[in-house]
Amino acid sequence: MFPTPVQQRSRAWQNTYTAVLPLALILWLLPLLMVALFSIKPDADFTQGNLWGLPSSFAGFENYTRVFTDSAMPRYLLNSVFITVPTVIGAVALSCMTGFALGVYRFKGNIWLFFMFVAGNFVPFQILMVPVRELTLDMGLYDTRLGLVLFHIAFQTGFCTLFMRNFIRALPRELIEAARVEGVSEIRIFWYVVLPLMRPAIAALSVLIFTFIWNDYFWAVVLTQGVDTQPVTAGITAFNSQFRAAYHMMSAGSIIAALPPVMMFFLMQKHFIAGLTLGAVK
Amino acid sequence: MTAQTDPQGKSWWHRNQMRAAPWLFLAPGIAFFALYVIAPIFQSFNISLYRWDGLGEARYIGMANYEQLLDDPAFYTSLRNNVKWLVLYLLAIPGGLFIALFLNQRVRGMRLYKSLFFFPFVISQVVVGLVFAWFYNPSIGLLNPILDLFGLGPMNVLGNPNTVTYGIIAAGLWPQIAYCMILYLTGLNAVDPEQVEAARLDGAKGWKMLWYVILPQLRPATFIALVVTVIGALRSFDMISVMTNGGPFGSSRVLAYYMFEVSLSEYGFRMGYGAAIAVVLFLIMLIYIAFFLWRMWREEREG
Repeated sequence: MFPTPVQQRSRAWQNTYTAVLPLALILWLLPLLMVALFSIKPDADFTQGNLWGLPSSFAGFENYTRVFTDSAMPRYLLNSVFITVPTVIGAVALSCMTGFALGVYRFKGNIWLFFMFVAGNFVPFQILMVPVRELTLDMGLYDTRLGLVLFHIAFQTGFCTLFMRNFIRALPRELIEAARVEGVSEIRIFWYVVLPLMRPAIAALSVLIFTFIWNDYFWAVVLTQGVDTQPVTAGITAFNSQFRAAYHMMSAGSIIAALPPVMMFFLMQKHFIAGLTLGAVK
Repeated sequence: MTAQTDPQGKSWWHRNQMRAAPWLFLAPGIAFFALYVIAPIFQSFNISLYRWDGLGEARYIGMANYEQLLDDPAFYTSLRNNVKWLVLYLLAIPGGLFIALFLNQRVRGMRLYKSLFFFPFVISQVVVGLVFAWFYNPSIGLLNPILDLFGLGPMNVLGNPNTVTYGIIAAGLWPQIAYCMILYLTGLNAVDPEQVEAARLDGAKGWKMLWYVILPQLRPATFIALVVTVIGALRSFDMISVMTNGGPFGSSRVLAYYMFEVSLSEYGFRMGYGAAIAVVLFLIMLIYIAFFLWRMWREEREG
């Protein structure tokens, strides 16, 4: 193991390490801790200049409740759900198929199609912006959640295909060959042989895509406007102008907006990290 | 499948399914991807040759948009800032490695520590931007009181054209370091313990061990960290939009932001000019895409 485990070091070194660790964490999360502290302070603390001390009274409950009762935040959160969940389902479904096709079959152009998906995934959003906005307008889907979902599915298919194809490549080929010898049709092989083995990849991708799409801001501003369609990342701007200079409310709002992917991460940590670090180890 | 109800179709399917199946599975994915990703790239190239407000008639003007770019000070500011982003964002790689080395211990509660260090990556960039904007804020932010402890004067990071880009990059580094950290933690986990022990017996330790024994084994992690960091740097948009709107006086714009501003802001829709900026950004990115594909192609041939 590298670096040398602390257990093999001197007593003093061990103690220093155990002491520095929490301090480093506090330092690392300092900006966030500041916002968390703001979010449980009452309004009065800000006017009286009590910024950094303990809250004069615990107003966390009140602030967070107000985020839900006095603003359009619930609406934005719901929009985010209705944008994110269909995208995850669509992108994972499409890429299971593309990944299977590119991972299992040898045919001319396989590698070029694969490279097309990989390259497209790295393209800067801006080069797509004007045409995609036009396309969405032409289809009558501008400022609808569906319009945003369709684009997200298409774009995420690039990354998901890369992921799925590499995952399928690593599966034992004998399983597929054996099924073919038995005369099982290709579609049944996909459905009954390969798909069940892809469960970990599907789980990992779902969590990742959920986070990516929930956190998307650029496309939300380009393809939607207003409270009926915009997800929470875009809605937070409107929320902040509603509560201008009310830092306790803006902090509580931001924390609410950031929370769903955070919960997803802590619940599905293993899958999340497995997905994110795919390829980091040979 | 209809093939099963139609005896003739069934035999065709049986004879050709090995050749037809991949295309069947690929069709929906390719259709979506071609419509929303591949075609728009070419359309943008085309639009960049027109003067177009997004509503009326587009007028062909050849390379005039690009010529105009060459005389546009805002374009140069954005380009310079893109270079700053690109160079400074790379600090995420050693930063991530440093934290990963710090955390690569088996101590009680280490799993939770790792998760919490990784935390910033999971939060949306919009919220990270807001959090840092408040952190820097001269009237309520924690930054100035901290600077004060070290006897440094108060500063308005986001209000000063000379510091604003660095302030946003620092905010951007926060989640990016977390990302690189998790890549390296995974890499360190897979480092061959026997090689480490052997090197230790040979008297290697500290920096030497890191440089000659550990880092070569971390190469796949470093490669991915490099790719995602470069792309992250060139994609920087959310934070600039949330923290400064490109200001003050346009001094924190990058190409991605300037393009958006030109095409879709209240100053008028100049789609053609925006597309030209996007093309420049795309060409810069293309270098990295080509590099990545080339490496992948080499690996495919070996594997």
